[in-house]
Amino acid sequence: MSNIVLSLNGLSKKFGSVVANADVSLTLERGEVLALLGENGAGKTTLMNMLFGHYLPDSGTIDVADANGQLCPLQLGHPLAALSAGIGMVHQHFTLAENINALDNITLGAEPLLAVRRSTRLARSKIDRIIEKSGLKAPLSTPVGRLSVGERQRVEILKALYRDANILVLDEPTAVLTPQEADTLFENIKAMTKDGISVIFISHKLHEVLAFSDRIAVLRHGVKVGEMATSQADEKAIARMMVGAESPKVERTKIATGDPVLQLKNISVAGRSKRDSLEFVSLEVHAHEILGIAGISGNGQGALAQVVSGLMTLSEGTIQVGGKEITKPAPQAMISAGVGRIPEDRHREGIIGAMTVAENMVIERLEDSDIQSRGLLRPDAIEAYARILEHSYDVRGPGVTAAARLLSGGNIQKLILARVFERAPKVILASQPTRGLDMGAAAEVGRRLLEARERGAGVLLISEDLDEILGLADRIMIIRDGQLVETKSHDREAIGLMMAGEAA
Amino acid sequence: MFEFGIPVLSAFVSLALAAIPLLLAGANPIAAYGQMIKGVFGSVFAISEMLTRATPLIFTGLAAALAFRAKLWNIGAEGQLYLGAMAAVAVGVGAFDVAGFILIPLIIVFGAAAGAAGMAAPTFLKARFGADEVVTTLLLNFIILIFVQMMLEGPLQDPMGLGWPQSAPVLDQGMLPRLMDRMRVHSGLIIALIAALVAQFMLARSVWGFQLRAVGENAVAARHAGIKVKRSLYSVAIISGGLAGLAGVSEVAGLKGYLTADLSPGFGYTGIVVAMLAGLSPIGVVVAAIFIASVFVGADSMSRAMGVSSFLADLVVSMSLLCVLIGGFIAKYRIIRADKGNTTS
Repeated sequence: MSNIVLSLNGLSKKFGSVVANADVSLTLERGEVLALLGENGAGKTTLMNMLFGHYLPDSGTIDVADANGQLCPLQLGHPLAALSAGIGMVHQHFTLAENINALDNITLGAEPLLAVRRSTRLARSKIDRIIEKSGLKAPLSTPVGRLSVGERQRVEILKALYRDANILVLDEPTAVLTPQEADTLFENIKAMTKDGISVIFISHKLHEVLAFSDRIAVLRHGVKVGEMATSQADEKAIARMMVGAESPKVERTKIATGDPVLQLKNISVAGRSKRDSLEFVSLEVHAHEILGIAGISGNGQGALAQVVSGLMTLSEGTIQVGGKEITKPAPQAMISAGVGRIPEDRHREGIIGAMTVAENMVIERLEDSDIQSRGLLRPDAIEAYARILEHSYDVRGPGVTAAARLLSGGNIQKLILARVFERAPKVILASQPTRGLDMGAAAEVGRRLLEARERGAGVLLISEDLDEILGLADRIMIIRDGQLVETKSHDREAIGLMMAGEAA
Repeated sequence: MFEFGIPVLSAFVSLALAAIPLLLAGANPIAAYGQMIKGVFGSVFAISEMLTRATPLIFTGLAAALAFRAKLWNIGAEGQLYLGAMAAVAVGVGAFDVAGFILIPLIIVFGAAAGAAGMAAPTFLKARFGADEVVTTLLLNFIILIFVQMMLEGPLQDPMGLGWPQSAPVLDQGMLPRLMDRMRVHSGLIIALIAALVAQFMLARSVWGFQLRAVGENAVAARHAGIKVKRSLYSVAIISGGLAGLAGVSEVAGLKGYLTADLSPGFGYTGIVVAMLAGLSPIGVVVAAIFIASVFVGADSMSRAMGVSSFLADLVVSMSLLCVLIGGFIAKYRIIRADKGNTTS
C-alpha cells in the first residue's frame, strides 16, 4: 500500500491568454503537511480550485486515495466529487452565511434536504468532539455575522473537518490569528496529521512555513519552481525561489520624534457591538514616528480606524490634528486637516471599482483648483496627474482610464498609496495595509510608510500582523476589548500574550 | 455599467417576439410592422405626433436615469409629473396675468419646484429614517393622483367647465410655442433635449456628476473619500423630481392646455423603461424615448390599418424592459467570470 493520498499530475490552466498554471505536479503523503508557497498571482489558488473542482483543468489529472489507499482518478470539475473523496478546503475569503449561526453553517449542505425533523444534537456532539481534539473554539449559537474574522475562520475549518475531510487545504489560514492562536492551530494540525489527515497549507509567511511544514513546494508564475523537505530549507533560499531574489529587508533610520501630530484624548464610541466600541482611548502620534497598534481582530481596531477617518460619531473625547481640535469629525474635515487614510477594506472603502483609476486617484481632491474650476472637472489635468502617479507609484494595469476594479489587489493598494502619499499628509492612518498583499507589494507599503516618517509625518499603523508592527513601529500599543495599553517591550511572545489578554 | 449593445438587441428581440401574438391575431407581422413604421415616419404629421409623445418620456426618462445613477430608486415620476402639472395650472390660469416671457418661465420654475418637492420628501424620509424610497415614491403616486382629483373637483376646477373635473385653461401667453404650424409638437421638446444634453455634460464633466456616480457605485467608499453622500442624494432627488415635474408642465402648457386626472397614461412608469433601455445615459434616454414613442404611436396606426389591438405596444415596451434586464444580468455574469480569471492568473 502506497503512502500517497493525493497526486496532481501535470495540471495546466489558462484564462484567456494568461497562464495560471503550467504542468504542475504534486504529491501529498498521508499525515503530511505540505506548504504551498508563492507570491500573489503565482497560481496557488487556481491550483487548489482545480483540486476542489471549481475549475476544470485544461490538461492533467488528479488521483486521490480511496478507503483502501488505492489511488483512483478524481472526477474533474465537480466539487461534490472532491468533497466525497475527502478533500476539504478552507478559502481565504470565507464562504459562510452571515445570518445563521456557526452550527448551522457547519451542517449546511451536509444534511439530507428532505428530512422531516432535523436534530442538531448529533451534529453538536460531533462538532464538540472536533473542537475538543483541535482546539478550534468558536461560539456555535451566535450568528456568524457577529463573529470576529478569526472566529469565522475557525468555523470554516470546523466545516471542513465536520465533513470528514482527510485532505485539508488551508488558504492563508494564519493571516488573522495571533501568534499564540497560530501556534495552537499548528499543534492541532500536527495532532490531526497523526490521525492520518494530510494538509496542504498555503502561506506567505516564511517563518511559520519553516516551523511547521514537512515539505515545501514553491510556485512562481504558475510553474512549480522548487520542492524540498523543510528540514533542508532556509528562509533566504525559499524567498529567493518565490520572488527570484532575496526578500527585501526594511531599512530604518533612527530619527528624533517631533511634536504630536495626532492626539486622541479619552475617546469613547458606542458601536453596534462590543467589538466596534472604544472605551476612553488616548494616544499620541508624533512627527517622525510610527505608532503600531497590535491586537487580535475584533478588539476595536475597526472603530479606532473609523474615528481617525472621521467616519464615527464620538460619544466622548477629543481629536486634535497638528494641535488643532477637530470639532466636527467627518471624512472631509480629517482630509483637509492633513490626515491620509489607508482603509482596511481596500475594495469596499478604498476604491470605487466602476470608476476609472484616474477618478479614484483624485476623489479626495475634488475641491482643489487643479482638479476642477467652478464645479467643472478638468479631465486633461486629471489624466495628466493620474499618469504621473501611475508612474511614480508603479501602478500596473490597463491604464488610468480603465475601471479601477480591473487592477489586482496589490495595484489597488498602490493606487490608494498614491492618492494618500502624494498629498504629503501630516498624519497617516494605515489600517491593515498589507493584508492579502504579496511580498513585493507589502514591502512597497512598508517602504512608503518609512519614507513618510522620515519626511516628518506621524503614522498610526493598525495591523494584526505582528511581524509588520515589529518591523515598522517605533512605539507599540496593544488594543484589547476597545482599550489601549502601551508596551515598552518589542518581544513577540510578550506582545502576543498581552494581545490575548494575559499579563505580560 | 451598461453597454448599448444590450438595449438595441433587446428592442429587436421584443419586436421579434411580438410577431407571435401578431400571427395569432391573424395579421402578417411584416405588413403590420410596415404599417407601424409608416404610422411613425410616413409623414411630417406622423413624426410630429411621435415627437409629441416622446417629449414627456424624455423628461421622465431623465428623471429616472439620474436618480438611478445614484442608486436612488425614484419610482414616483408619475406623481411628480402631476405635481408639476398642478403647479403649472395654479400659476398659469390667471393668478399672474403677465406677458408670456415672464409667465412661461414662472410656470416652468413652479412646475419643476413642485416636482422636486415631491421627490425631496421621500428622500428626506430615506436619509433621516431609512424609509425605502421604492415604497414611499411608489405609494406617493396614488396619494398625489387622488389629491389631483380632489383639487379638480375643488379649487382648481374650471368655473366655466360645466362641472367637469378639469382645470381652467392656461392663459394663451403661458402656452409653450408650437414648433410647426398645425402640428402638435411643441417647444417642450426643445427643453427636453437641452435637459438631456446638460444632464449628459454634468454627469460626465462636473464635480456634482462625479460625486453622484461615486455615491451610486460605492456609497461606502464615497463617504470615506469625503463626499457628502446625503447632500449628493438630495441634489439628485431635487433634479430628478424637477425633471418629472417638467414632464407635467410640458403636457399641460405645451399640449393639452388644461389639467385633467388622466393627463398621463403612465409616462412616469414608462420613463423607468426608457431609462433602463438607455443604460441610464441621458443621451440614450432621448433615443430610447423616441423608440418607445414610436412603438406607441406606430401601434395605434397599425391597429387602425390591420385591425389588431393596440395593446401590442404595451407588450413590446414591457418585453423590451425584460430583455434589457435579462441581458444586463447575463452580461454581468460574464464580467464576474472574467474577473475571477484575472485575479487568479
